[in-house]
Amino acid sequence: MRVALMVTCINDAMFPDTGKAVVRLLTRLGVEVDFPSSQTCCGQPMVNTGYLDEAVPVVRNFVESFAGYDAVVAPSGSCAGSARHQHSIVARRAGDPELAAAVGQISPKVYELSEFLVDVLGVEDVGAYFPHTVTYHPTCHSLRMLGVGDRPTRLLRAVRGLRLVELPNAEECCGFGGTFAMKNADTSVAMGSDKARHVRETGAEIVVAGDNSCLMHIGGLLSRQRSGVRVMHLAEILASTESSATPEEHPVDAATTTTDSDIGVPNVTQGSRSAIQYRRNR
Amino acid sequence: MTGTFVGMPPFPTAARAALADTQLRANLAHATSTIRTKRARVVAEVDDWEELRLAGAAIKDNVLLNLDEHLLRLEESLTAQGATVHWASDAAEACAIVVELAKRHGTDEVVKVKSMATQEIDLNTALEAEGIAAWETDLAELIVQLGDDLPSHILVPAIHRNRAEIREIFRRSMASVGRAAPDDLSDEPARLAEAARLHLREKFLRAKVAVSGANFAVADSGTLVVVESEGNGRMCLTLPDVLISVVGIEKVVPTWSDLDVFLQLLPRSSTGERMNPYTSTWTGVTPGDGPQEVHVVLLDNGRTRALADDVGRQALRCIRCSACLNVCPVYERTGGHAYGSVYPGPIGAILNPLLRGVGVDEQVDSLPYASSLCGACFEACPVRIDIPSVLVDLRAQVVDAHRAPMHRIPKPEAVAMKAASFAFGTGGRLGAAEKASGLVGRLVGRVARRATPDGRPLLGRLLGPGSAWTDARDMPAPPAESFRAWWKRTGGGHEQP
Repeated sequence: MRVALMVTCINDAMFPDTGKAVVRLLTRLGVEVDFPSSQTCCGQPMVNTGYLDEAVPVVRNFVESFAGYDAVVAPSGSCAGSARHQHSIVARRAGDPELAAAVGQISPKVYELSEFLVDVLGVEDVGAYFPHTVTYHPTCHSLRMLGVGDRPTRLLRAVRGLRLVELPNAEECCGFGGTFAMKNADTSVAMGSDKARHVRETGAEIVVAGDNSCLMHIGGLLSRQRSGVRVMHLAEILASTESSATPEEHPVDAATTTTDSDIGVPNVTQGSRSAIQYRRNR
Repeated sequence: MTGTFVGMPPFPTAARAALADTQLRANLAHATSTIRTKRARVVAEVDDWEELRLAGAAIKDNVLLNLDEHLLRLEESLTAQGATVHWASDAAEACAIVVELAKRHGTDEVVKVKSMATQEIDLNTALEAEGIAAWETDLAELIVQLGDDLPSHILVPAIHRNRAEIREIFRRSMASVGRAAPDDLSDEPARLAEAARLHLREKFLRAKVAVSGANFAVADSGTLVVVESEGNGRMCLTLPDVLISVVGIEKVVPTWSDLDVFLQLLPRSSTGERMNPYTSTWTGVTPGDGPQEVHVVLLDNGRTRALADDVGRQALRCIRCSACLNVCPVYERTGGHAYGSVYPGPIGAILNPLLRGVGVDEQVDSLPYASSLCGACFEACPVRIDIPSVLVDLRAQVVDAHRAPMHRIPKPEAVAMKAASFAFGTGGRLGAAEKASGLVGRLVGRVARRATPDGRPLLGRLLGPGSAWTDARDMPAPPAESFRAWWKRTGGGHEQP
């Protein structure tokens, strides 16, 4: 099976640790994953803002990049959803039957990470170890557009050491919504503040989700509030193992005002490594 | 005496004001969560709910496909049963017909059944201009009218008001238009309802002309249907001599067996009840029983424009249940007024642009963007209107309307999208952009005063468009190395780290 990683533009440019975690995780599960370096973006930012003409070259590049793979895995429900449900709209707009045919070929092979693990690989216990209390936010596009259901929580429950606590009003949108977060910033923040409040009500150290875009919004609010709660992508938790959890010096940032935030920081992930790197850089 | 939506600012501006209204936020959070819970409970008890939704959507789609034939059949049946059918292509024509009929009967007042169509055409204002008072008799519409307010919900127009506010409105305003509220009025629901009942009773018994809408119009029998909870509709539909019903052309259903599907879908979706308390049906004129003169105004007012829209026409399936409003996280926080229309919430965000067209009015053009595209509305819709897809399609229509030569200076957003389109055109271009952002990341790393809990340096408060993000949310600096650069450097992670 030829498997391609569709890392997504936001992970590529802003959250590379998530992409690295997917590579570690899939390699550990015996899947050789390829990264077609011509890939860029799924085109959703343009489509959802109304710029269909601008999305055409992006979708064209997408189908060229991923042609010939048996499965395309994305650590994002939203981007996978865009490939599965919106690329045909863009192809129709382009009036290009060849593009439409290529979209028809590739769209059904695009999987969100939890779908790929549970449905294609048939695993729920990925051998991860993560001794922390987390709460899970089901992102809207994974929940309602793709219908991933309880796959992510089944994967999380199988992680050794992990305690999963339920998030109140979990299925309510966090308010990110792509350019909605900018065009309707006040409403977006009002929704996100309620989401952040519910996260804090759980007492969890970490809120986990399958989309870093939503997490950037929720995490941005939690960080501004000095809440002492951090966000983490599902892939990074599933990639964590006992050997990667070797005790490291705890990263402490003098400028972080709350002490709470430090208590819960897991020192088992790529995140803490980058933290140390960050301190070195300083 | 009811206000008007004309001149409302675009959604983001109106929403900002609404979001700051703590009373509104509290009232809405309480009301929508209550009704959401009720709906979820009664929908869950129907085993074939999904089949019902599919049937409802299919019936409406078939009607829309042959709308002309069904409407002519409806006209024929209504006429045969003694009703008079009028055709109105827009709001002005519809209002003129109703005003003319009221004047012909020499009345200076009409009683009204709650009706979205008459709200849509702003009939009350048209009647008022001719010296005819239009009394709203639905409790929530009465609250809105007495409060010189605007409706903010399709089903519960006064959802933004709580009991204490309603008591004050009754105490302040009832006396000037009829029977006053009692001096010792409390905010108990039963006492408030009693005050409204007594106030309205004298209007029901006096009025010679009633105005209604209709939830459904059965073509083969010429029967109009009104579904309601309070019995005020039944009073209006049976007591006055003359009944005028303003009905959108999409309300037609072919037969009574089609109606059956919707009478199962509507109450559960709207009030969260298995069946609504009052379902009134009337078929033209019945000698010696009920109104002896029945008029039906069939209203287009943009519906044929919506029908011509390949993606958007599904919005004409809407049965005005308001389930989409109650589950919408945007509506729950901004309330209905921010949408600047009698049709608020997700359905309003698509219906208003579809009925009125895009590219003309900034307020209308802002509506398709008033959604995070979370999809809760589609899930709740009893006739399966894919609201998120229609929103996305309408956004493209808004953007396309502004591509026209008349808008020669592109908006910053259009420039940004063009730039992104170019950068996302090849992996090489994106890689180059990421190198630049990585440099920014390194620089920020040297000067940043704060970091995320996992140690990533934070950007400070951004200026310009970026401030829309950083006003309320922290933003991590870009990483020094992108994923693609890491992949290249390490050979896909084989040469760690």
